[in-house]
Amino acid sequence: MAIELKMPALSPTMEEGKLARWLVKEGDEVTSGDILAEIETDKATMEFESIDEGTIGKILVPEGTEGVKVGTVIAVLAGEGEDASAVSAPAPKAEAAPAAEAAPAAAASAPAPVAAKKDPEIPFGTNMKTSTVREALRDAMAEEMRRDDRIFVMGEEVAEYQGAYKVTQGLLEEFGPRRVIDTPITEYGFAGIGTGAAMGGLRPIIEFMTFNFAMQAIDHIINSAAKTNYMSGGQMRCPIVFRGPNGAASRVGAQHSQNYGPWYANVPGLIVIAPYDASDAKGLLKAAIRSEDPVVFLENELIYGRTFELPELDDHVLPIGKARIMREGKDVTIVSYSIGVGLALEAAEQLAGEGIDAEVIDLRTLRPLDKETVLASLAKTNRIVVAEEGFPVCSIASEISAICMEDGFDDLDAPVVRVCNEDVPLPYAANLEKLALIDTPRIVEAVRKVCYR
Amino acid sequence: MPKAKSDAGSGAEPAAVPAQDEDFALHSLQESLEADKRYTPSKEELLHFYEQMLLIRRFEEKAGQLYGLGLIGGFCHLYIGQEAVAVGLQSALDSNRDSVITGYRDHGHMLAYGIDPKLIMAELTGRAAGISRGKGGSMHMFSVDHKFYGGHGIVGAQVSLGAGLAFAHKYREDGGVAMAYFGDGAANQGQVYESFNMAALWKLPIIFVIENNGYAMGTAVKRGSAETHFYRRGTAFRIPGMQVDGMDVLEVRKAAEVALEYVRAGNGPVLMELNTYRYRGHSMSDPAKYRSREEVQDVREKRDPIDHAKTELLAMGVDEAALKEIDKRVRAAVAESADFAENSPEPEAAELYTDVLVERY
Repeated sequence: MAIELKMPALSPTMEEGKLARWLVKEGDEVTSGDILAEIETDKATMEFESIDEGTIGKILVPEGTEGVKVGTVIAVLAGEGEDASAVSAPAPKAEAAPAAEAAPAAAASAPAPVAAKKDPEIPFGTNMKTSTVREALRDAMAEEMRRDDRIFVMGEEVAEYQGAYKVTQGLLEEFGPRRVIDTPITEYGFAGIGTGAAMGGLRPIIEFMTFNFAMQAIDHIINSAAKTNYMSGGQMRCPIVFRGPNGAASRVGAQHSQNYGPWYANVPGLIVIAPYDASDAKGLLKAAIRSEDPVVFLENELIYGRTFELPELDDHVLPIGKARIMREGKDVTIVSYSIGVGLALEAAEQLAGEGIDAEVIDLRTLRPLDKETVLASLAKTNRIVVAEEGFPVCSIASEISAICMEDGFDDLDAPVVRVCNEDVPLPYAANLEKLALIDTPRIVEAVRKVCYR
Repeated sequence: MPKAKSDAGSGAEPAAVPAQDEDFALHSLQESLEADKRYTPSKEELLHFYEQMLLIRRFEEKAGQLYGLGLIGGFCHLYIGQEAVAVGLQSALDSNRDSVITGYRDHGHMLAYGIDPKLIMAELTGRAAGISRGKGGSMHMFSVDHKFYGGHGIVGAQVSLGAGLAFAHKYREDGGVAMAYFGDGAANQGQVYESFNMAALWKLPIIFVIENNGYAMGTAVKRGSAETHFYRRGTAFRIPGMQVDGMDVLEVRKAAEVALEYVRAGNGPVLMELNTYRYRGHSMSDPAKYRSREEVQDVREKRDPIDHAKTELLAMGVDEAALKEIDKRVRAAVAESADFAENSPEPEAAELYTDVLVERY
């Protein structure tokens, strides 16, 4: 029986990759453990090992092919006693194997991002290039580090490993080990060291491998960093950036899948930023690094690899505390942030087909929250849905609905509706995870509801 | 089950560093101190130490009184009995480049740095003229000008923050050393050991100072600590330890010099345990039922750091009258600070909203 060799998933969030190089050719005998090929993901180049014995019958995907979907049959292996040359390619299927369909989480499977309205902060006529969010974040740090020697990056695997999610790729090479510092696995300790260094006059960027691990360090973020300026009567500042991926990734279970935006946004003394696209990621990270205040900068693993337009400016810095209208509309407002913005834009496209013209607002900064932009939009559309990838209770969505009730009551033609994840720890099983996470159909349904359609 | 490292180690592989050398490194500072335990002060220096310790004591006694009168609120942790620690250690620091950080029992460390008692007392009474403009209180006082970085209320947090100050010294190559004070209670916090590890790994210029006053709030050291010799607690991180009599200002000063010489030479951190005693409760609301009156009385009579210094001054030929003069001066300064703290206005209501953030967004 011939064995189909399929494009492997090499990380929880990988959907496709490049078949960089074949290390075997047709007719070669292989045994378990032999390296068959090198596969590039957006994070790393990985070796693909054989787990079976046999002879390479047919190579179906030539080396150098980009965008090979996980689960695609890339070669066929003839087993013992089979004639390798007689092994034929399987009948081509339109879609990948079922396993591959289940792999990406609902939120991860978003197709190419829906184009958003131009940010009015970017000067008219600016040339745009494309960039992944990952590169935008790295460039933001690199540009700021070139400008100011007090800035350094510290965290687990940020230097020699080039970043667990490759956000700090290349920084060690450019800035050296004095300014790009690998720590032991000791979040409480290095968050405290970073905070102390900020009190002592430096400008630390502390990377958490994910914000789930920052729970170990939350005391320093809140008690040490956020409160010191106030407690000292303005005498002792703490200019520090805590950054890293936040929110659900894909199939990593409850302890690695939580949005901490509402937790940090609850605390006076902190700035909390959660960007969606590459331009905001870069412009706001640069602003965060320059801020005299402590900033929690919440990224999202599922967006790191997405490509967006990025303005070609020498110094692209965006204002903290300003929401962005991603799509103008007159019938209803969808407020969101981070990964939810992509879903909201998709929902708006779909709703346009139904004759509902939705405005989409990306909050971008969760503290201080840009109430004015939300309320101005409400005054125009009279209906609001809040879309948030996170738990519903005491969420940013809860806060937005309170603001609309307190300050926009007379503008409301329908109750504010929250669309969040289900109120359960995130499950592992693919079907349950999909059920638990916010998705476009749920946003569309909520919008119909507030529009009484 | 992975094979334990120790199984493989017995004779088969040579250890990277001979064990004897390690022992030597970890004990060498203690041996230096033992060889010459006490600092030899000039008469003027010892008079100065005496005056500083007396100022702390009288200031804290006054703070206790004002607390009783309801002028000071919340938590208030007095430093009475521990004066020689802050005075002895800080006298050895270079205030132009070294930095200091401590926990919530912080009045004494500020006074030892020569910070104006009026500003400290006014902070205790929650007045606008207080060093934190009345917004910090007893546990949260800072003086960036003096490189005094607080004043932290979460037990043990100052140890990681102090390692951060040391990181900044090393990063800037400014020659400074950070001194991070914490208690025998804080010494059981996990982040202390996370900080020991990184401080030793990166050879940060820091002196970790454990003020062992015998009680973590109401828990005696032996009830809360498996290893009660705190100076040994850096051993697992190759941090040399020193055990110091924290009731003798001259031994404290000498130990500080030994530690500073080692740290300033780029060798990485030192851990000092200062054995001391607090005469009052953990905070003002602590009746201290966990120890006997006799125990406290015994320390007061036999080990008091101020009496100790006084005896020595008299032996050096300083006359009683000169000491009385100091006492008068200290009492006047403390009375002045109390008057100031009582009569200064409270912060304006608008101060509620200032200093939350530095910038406007």
